[in-house]
Amino acid sequence: MKHLALIFIFIAILLVACGQTPTSAQVGATATEMTQPMTLTVFAAASLTDAFTEIGKAFEVSHPNVSVVFSFAGSQILRTQIEQGAEPDIFASANELEMDTLVSDGLVAADAPQTFVTNKLVIVLPPNNPADVQTLADLARPGLKLVLAASDVPAGKYTRQVLENLNGLYGSDFSTKVLANVVSDEENIRLVLTKVQLGEADAGSVYASDAVAAPDLLTLPIPDPYNVVAEYPIAAPVGAPSPQMAATFIAYVLSPDGQAVMEKWGFTPVNP
Amino acid sequence: MSALGRFVQRLASRKANWLFILPSLVLLGLLGLPLLALIWKAAGQDFFAYALSPSALSALRLSLLTSTISTALAVAAGMPLAYILARWHFWGKSALELLVDLPVVLPPSAAGLALLVAFGRSGVFGPELSALGISLPFTTAAVVFAQTFVAAPLFVRSAKTGFSEIDQQLEEAAFAEGADEIQLFRHVMFPLAWRSLLTGSILTWTRALGEFGATILFAGNLEGKTQTMPLAIYLGLERGLGVALALSVVLVVVSVILLGVIRRLERQNKS
Repeated sequence: MKHLALIFIFIAILLVACGQTPTSAQVGATATEMTQPMTLTVFAAASLTDAFTEIGKAFEVSHPNVSVVFSFAGSQILRTQIEQGAEPDIFASANELEMDTLVSDGLVAADAPQTFVTNKLVIVLPPNNPADVQTLADLARPGLKLVLAASDVPAGKYTRQVLENLNGLYGSDFSTKVLANVVSDEENIRLVLTKVQLGEADAGSVYASDAVAAPDLLTLPIPDPYNVVAEYPIAAPVGAPSPQMAATFIAYVLSPDGQAVMEKWGFTPVNP
Repeated sequence: MSALGRFVQRLASRKANWLFILPSLVLLGLLGLPLLALIWKAAGQDFFAYALSPSALSALRLSLLTSTISTALAVAAGMPLAYILARWHFWGKSALELLVDLPVVLPPSAAGLALLVAFGRSGVFGPELSALGISLPFTTAAVVFAQTFVAAPLFVRSAKTGFSEIDQQLEEAAFAEGADEIQLFRHVMFPLAWRSLLTGSILTWTRALGEFGATILFAGNLEGKTQTMPLAIYLGLERGLGVALALSVVLVVVSVILLGVIRRLERQNKS
């Protein structure tokens, strides 16, 4: 019993220790609120994490009274949250489907969504390139271990489309041969990256922005005529608490400065 | 008076009963309501189309096969280990016990990552394995590895408890009669610990059947090869809620049937 009490005390101390950080952060937030409070809530697709964090910081510098709060998650999850009553100022989706769903739900005005970047696919290889992949044609070599996103995931759908397109370049059985090399249909891009980073897969297909976030990997570009372009739409939902500041933020993302940040993180700007 | 009325009256006659019943109802509700909701939501005209699709059946077959092999491995290697931990005394035993308990608290994704960096192609022991011509990731064997890693400790724990509850005097008596360690195990320890061993293997088997995180990291996800039911359910979410719901219900039903059969065997053997 004595031991049990000690354990509880230990856990209690841990909890108190863990609680420290948020408390001091709250004090900081209150200080900003005293000089014109304004919080901009941005729901953004997980793939935008690095780029939007940087854009958010820059926006806070040029708009000192605004603090930008991000919620990064899969576009599908964010869309569901908005449907269930969440009211962000901005929704930035990694695919048009989720945005279109919100438009048909009446939660985003039909003319609101704007494409702010596009993303394309690249092939990533482990640093030591164990299967000696030099060109896209090598992906059809028997015995190669290829990891793709599952065909039900947008990235996986696009990848299969790209392989079909490449049939025109490498012969009509190219995509069949490549798909025979697939050792795993991953649920998300992150898992594809992990398996290539750990050297378990010989090659994987990810978005260009993912490849930028994993600089240790070798990349093999897919020529534009054969690539699939994923469009990222952004909009302020109907219930946005600060629609004017939201419009300012969206304009910043589309400005040369904002687009330069997006390009730095591997996205293709729409306003170069 | 109706049976329900009599039941209620009996409950009311002893007030303290409620102290047992109310908390139990809370927990039972938490355990049971989600399962009911799952079945309720899954019941639709597409249920059988999803549940009996070739990919669902192939995932079910793979799940049953791998979880059974994993359990067999856990029993074959876990029973001797549990016996040692329960009956022998040696230096470093508590460290071993900690090692066996760790996978139970480790998040499955951490377990999968650990397996990958240990036994993967570029893992710590990768070169040795590939020298032997073995490549584990993305194979059915990797699914069994992941399941055994996560689930075997449950068997060892249960078996250890079973073995240590046996009266020390029985052991001494057996040795006095001239029995050796193997005879002691076969004729005394095993029959007395039988129920704990069975409980342990059921726990292990159900845990292996539900294993997800370690599998998707270490074995990946390929239909017919490494895509078990839990993986098919998770991937099903990408296709639509209906698919995932139908597959979940199939897994629940199969688990209920198998658990029922095992419990029945257990009762029969007791009587």
